[in-house]
Amino acid sequence: MKKFDIFVLPFTIGLAFILAYTVIMYVRWIAGLSPIDKLKLRANFIKTLPRSLKEIVMESLFHRKIYKKNFLLGYMHMSFAFGWLMLIVIGNIQSHLYSRDIINPPYYPIFYKFFEPYPMPFATYKVFEFIMDFLLLYILSGVFLAYIKRIRSRLLGMQSTTRHIFADRMTLTSLWLIFPLRLLAESFTSHHRGEFLTGTLYRFFSGFLPVHHMAYPFWWAYSIALGVFFLSLPLSRYMHIITEPLLIILRNAGIKTYKEFKTYTDVELNACSRCGICIDACQMSTAARIRTVQPVYFLRDARYRRLTPSLANHCLLCGRCNEACPVGIDQVALRIIKRKDFTLSPAYYEYIPSRQITRAPVLYFAGCMTHLTPSIIIAMKEIFARAGEKVWWMDENGSICCGRPLIFSGNIESARVLMKKNKDLIEQSGASLLVTSCPICYRTFREDYHLRIPVMHHTQYIYQLIKEGKLKAEKTSISTVYHDPCELGRGCGIYDEPREVLKQYATLVSSPSERNNALCCGGSLGNSEIPHERREMITRDATLQLLSTGADYLVTSCPLCKKTFSRFSPAVIDIAQVVAGQWNSLPPAQRKNELAGTMVEQ
Amino acid sequence: MINFGYSIHKDNQINMDAVSMELLEKVKKREPSVMMCMACGSCAATCSAAQFTSFSLRHLMLKVCRGQMQGLEKEAEKCMLCGKCQLVCPRGVNTRNVIIAIRSVLEEPVNE
Repeated sequence: MKKFDIFVLPFTIGLAFILAYTVIMYVRWIAGLSPIDKLKLRANFIKTLPRSLKEIVMESLFHRKIYKKNFLLGYMHMSFAFGWLMLIVIGNIQSHLYSRDIINPPYYPIFYKFFEPYPMPFATYKVFEFIMDFLLLYILSGVFLAYIKRIRSRLLGMQSTTRHIFADRMTLTSLWLIFPLRLLAESFTSHHRGEFLTGTLYRFFSGFLPVHHMAYPFWWAYSIALGVFFLSLPLSRYMHIITEPLLIILRNAGIKTYKEFKTYTDVELNACSRCGICIDACQMSTAARIRTVQPVYFLRDARYRRLTPSLANHCLLCGRCNEACPVGIDQVALRIIKRKDFTLSPAYYEYIPSRQITRAPVLYFAGCMTHLTPSIIIAMKEIFARAGEKVWWMDENGSICCGRPLIFSGNIESARVLMKKNKDLIEQSGASLLVTSCPICYRTFREDYHLRIPVMHHTQYIYQLIKEGKLKAEKTSISTVYHDPCELGRGCGIYDEPREVLKQYATLVSSPSERNNALCCGGSLGNSEIPHERREMITRDATLQLLSTGADYLVTSCPLCKKTFSRFSPAVIDIAQVVAGQWNSLPPAQRKNELAGTMVEQ
Repeated sequence: MINFGYSIHKDNQINMDAVSMELLEKVKKREPSVMMCMACGSCAATCSAAQFTSFSLRHLMLKVCRGQMQGLEKEAEKCMLCGKCQLVCPRGVNTRNVIIAIRSVLEEPVNE
């Protein structure tokens, strides 16, 4: 029996190319890791291998995270990944079991029916035939869903799907053609066979088509579709197929995105499959109708090195996409890294005077934004007084910015100047605790300052005071809903302390968008590009979503969130105000209806 | 000359035909909301940097609109980008990006 035909060449060339390309890229990426990362990989690779393998199976094949979000979408992705792999594996086993040679050429199982058009007289053979037909049907059902998703993404539970570039469209088309072509090629060849799918189709087509003459061209077409898919894969989003396993291995070995563009960052860019799940997670898309700047487009343009500053800067850095991403790409960190390429020259802020230091055990840094919400400062003063704490308010007479807004703009050098000035003040004060009211400042104190004293956000600090008995809580019947600020929640993982505090003073209503699913208030300093009216769309939507829980008050713990929300509802209050008993005297419920009224009009 | 305790100021007239509006045009292109500014000065009043030094976005804008480029770059560098001005702006000007736009235009290499 012959085992070669010229039509297998497109597939074989494509396969050889993609295997070589994968090896080259893996070697380049691993060789390009920093010495520390290489050590991490060497030390942890074997140890974390079982976990990595499990994750590769669960995520790259079964797409568990997508299943959790949306069943149909998960089914579609799984049918492609897992279905195709099974088709290859079972096909290999089948061709191996029933061929006379020990080693078959790589194309042999792929075009098995072409080379073995007649069935074998074994009972097990029928089982294999059934499985192969079933797997093909399984993948085709996924392909069908993919067609639908392209035409009407809403039917698959996605508000919007990614708009693709030419290379992606080409590869996508070849992928979409592979399985229908295989089905037709096998059906046209399937005489004397009784498979439920290809056999039935053979009988159907042979009624009105010259199937015997059509089989060969369709085997050619199938092989060409495979070849085109493999050859165009490195240019397209399907690069994620070969990149994601490496990403999982590197991540499990403890390698992170850090703050520079390095090899791991490049792996992250290539691992983005442009599935578009981040588009629906992004409030700029859902609330502000800006659909061209989402992580998927940013990662794409960064990968092809054609990123523009306006795209890099057009992100609230709220981190919702990071939570939604099924691949686990840290796009927020990547944005900040990429903004460095477009940033301004450093400034040195020589005008900032050296200041008088007051020695006190506790240091309070209100932060720029808190200066805009004096109610929080009044509340904090009240809390400090009640608890009998000795505090030096270090930015009482004018605040130096913590530097994080400059980091957001990519200007790390300038941020360092401000950070040094603040750090000197903090260290010279001899305080043993730094308390801040602003989550933006809190995060940067924690991550970038490398202070020798602990830093607390005021929610944590108040919680500690209550636990120590320094503050006595009085429970009221007022119902509240808590808004997790991006930097405090997703940024620093502080979800429980504010809730514990709030429960002591009021009734806490839960909302669908809380904890790591919390909304952005729209006021984020992360986005320098977004027009004001789009911000307002986000704020209005978030305010309504939170107040539609039926709570009297919207409680937050970030001065920026409070300031932003208060444009739309007076029933917004900081957690410090709750503790200090400064409830706004407005009738909240009534105001809430007014807000709802304005929403309907617009 | 008798010293009266005051003197005649240098002529402050600006010939709008003679000055270049290039900077304003470029800033406008990058951040169109700059044209919403009504020079109310809320930004300057809330500014963190202004508590330590003479810095005012309102003044900066005035200079940009008049095409007075002298000393502008040094002046704009004083901003810490903390974003307070943006939250108080009654006109919804994207003030943070206005500063970034002014600075990046001034830092652009001059095309001969």
